[in-house]
Amino acid sequence: MLAAERLSAPAADGLLRFLTCGSVDDGKSTLIGRLLLDTRSILADALHAIERTSRRRGLEAVDLSLLTDGLQAEREQGITIDVAHRYFSTGTRKYIIADAPGHEQYTRNMVTAASTADLAVILVDARKGVLTQTRRHSYLAHLVGIPHLVVAVNKMDLVGYSPDVFERIRADYLAFAAKLGIRDGVHFVPLSALAGDMVVERGANLPWYQGPTLLELLEEAPPARDASQGRFRFPVQWVCRPQTLEHHDFRGYTGRVESGEVRPGDAVQVLPSGQTTRVKQLLLHDAPLARACAGQSVTILLEDAVDVSRGDLLVRAGEAPEPTRKLDATLCWLSERPAQAGRRVLLRHGTREVRATLAELAYRVDLAELAEAPAAALGMNDIARVSLRLAQPVAADRYADSRATGAFILIDEATNDTVAAGMIL
Amino acid sequence: MAVVPTYPASTLSHLDWLEAEAIHVLREVAGQCASPALLFSGGKDSICLLRLAEKAFRPGRFPFPLLHIDTGHNYPEVLAFRDRRAAELRERLVVRSVEDSIRAGRVVLKHPQESRNKHQSVTLLDAIAELELDACIGGARRDEEKARAKERVFSFRDEFGGWDPKNQRPELWSLYNARVHKGENVRVFPISNWTELDVWQYIARERLEIPSIYFAHRRPVVRRAGALVPVTPLTPARPGEAVEEVSVRFRTVGDITCTAPVESTADTLAEIVAETATTTITERGATRLDDQTSDASMEQRKKEGYF
Repeated sequence: MLAAERLSAPAADGLLRFLTCGSVDDGKSTLIGRLLLDTRSILADALHAIERTSRRRGLEAVDLSLLTDGLQAEREQGITIDVAHRYFSTGTRKYIIADAPGHEQYTRNMVTAASTADLAVILVDARKGVLTQTRRHSYLAHLVGIPHLVVAVNKMDLVGYSPDVFERIRADYLAFAAKLGIRDGVHFVPLSALAGDMVVERGANLPWYQGPTLLELLEEAPPARDASQGRFRFPVQWVCRPQTLEHHDFRGYTGRVESGEVRPGDAVQVLPSGQTTRVKQLLLHDAPLARACAGQSVTILLEDAVDVSRGDLLVRAGEAPEPTRKLDATLCWLSERPAQAGRRVLLRHGTREVRATLAELAYRVDLAELAEAPAAALGMNDIARVSLRLAQPVAADRYADSRATGAFILIDEATNDTVAAGMIL
Repeated sequence: MAVVPTYPASTLSHLDWLEAEAIHVLREVAGQCASPALLFSGGKDSICLLRLAEKAFRPGRFPFPLLHIDTGHNYPEVLAFRDRRAAELRERLVVRSVEDSIRAGRVVLKHPQESRNKHQSVTLLDAIAELELDACIGGARRDEEKARAKERVFSFRDEFGGWDPKNQRPELWSLYNARVHKGENVRVFPISNWTELDVWQYIARERLEIPSIYFAHRRPVVRRAGALVPVTPLTPARPGEAVEEVSVRFRTVGDITCTAPVESTADTLAEIVAETATTTITERGATRLDDQTSDASMEQRKKEGYF
């Protein structure tokens, strides 16, 4: 098929968001550059620009990492500081890449990028094998609930494309993953981002590897937001009340279906008040829908005049999580200012905001040892087990059951900064 | 009323997914911000934003006015389109002009022909202060430029309108934080995750009207440093340059003095989509005459308050 025909039709297989992570110098930026180059997603002028820069720096080959390092400070220091987003499409699927920095001090960016990812590509340098940073990133990807992990063993060109090296790394990784409880959904692929083997093209250097290329793994991964199997959850964002002559009694509750699905006639409950009613109509703009599923932003009209406002949660009757004023959670502290027990914050869960107190710091996770450590205070990049007391109840799911409605952020009321990411246990 | 069939589970097309995300972002602005505005220039990206706002808020009115920062160097077709579209939607359009900022001495041009693109920042920041805006919704996309690729969907700006790329708020899940103190604001980019191709596919799918200069038309141009420069009273041919009449279209319709068309015969949306899918030049590379001075020029402008 011609490229024009292939690409001008909307991608049939939807969209996949994935994260790339690894240690410093694992060649992450090069890998992304390779993916973009070999899927013909880099345009000629962008390529010429990095060719010029590479030559100016006296490099022999084009430095593909220059495509992703966007900030002045990053180019000056030759490192990636912040999450960069890149896009490409194969014609069957659109991809959003979140490129997370590898430095330890940027764990918070890794967690940020992981929070919206459906898949993580974890880079391992074939010469170095499974490192502390590999374990840390795998733990974080697992913690944040990314369902699919691809371990890309990179720089195979520097170990003579040796199958033994690849097999040893695979065995090491699986042994460690089992300890974390990661059993399903891990794939391994040997590749060379620099030479291009097994990224998009198979290349000629890895004939012993019969499995899918990295791009094939991405193409085959289940599509984005496959959350329709879950329970219906609809945080109300905004109440649409035109109060015009034509739409005098119109009252639409707008929001996005975060999990599950809903149909007209379904019995629903409003949380935290607990009132029940039925769905009268579902609208997307002016079109009535027979069903709305996870990922869709819609407007819901209800049969009865119940009291619903922003911050409320609509769920299917009988499937309501118990509203609670105490939460046990895993917290990733994101702020440079440390926190002690007793710290007051604002908690945002879905569209609901409540005041909260950091009641107890149970323990901190030592990311090098992946063991519990005592926690007198939380510093930036710390992962900790905490409990929070809330001023008003929230209807919370366990994060393991629902990524969208089991997550929250904490905001510092004085600075308005987002200071922590939380996952409900 | 006919019931529209829905997609089976987990096969939202990529355009449906992007649309749903953008609607969600717009409703978060409505829910969290006291005094937002939507920047509408008549360009293709902000045309998409208006469609998304209809999908987010109809049958109600938009919970924000439309705001245009007019450099005074816009194509008349685009301004006419802007005014007509706002009137059709029956939404309030506020226009603030760089021309007024120049008259008030807030903007000083180095020479009369200088591009006014970067001077928009002054007029925008003045408008934000005057209208007491706490959020400005814009049609910028991360695929446009390297510094944009690092920007949040809700991007915090300090009281000077500045962007600090090293100190951005972490943005997790879709839990956006739009809280600001008085004088500060957030810039919100609902189509952050769209590419130029997504925009054209969406315009084609939704059959959105666009200004005529996006379609191929014949226009006098000169070839200058690899770009086609339209010959207009603001951008006359230089001595020695040969004026040709070429079939062109605009990929972006910003300030006349720094926006160049591309050679094209695409006069339908389907043809534009097909051309966009196979182009070898980036949108900015082909069409912007002001971004190539340095790798960091966009980052620098954004630190100064630019969109």
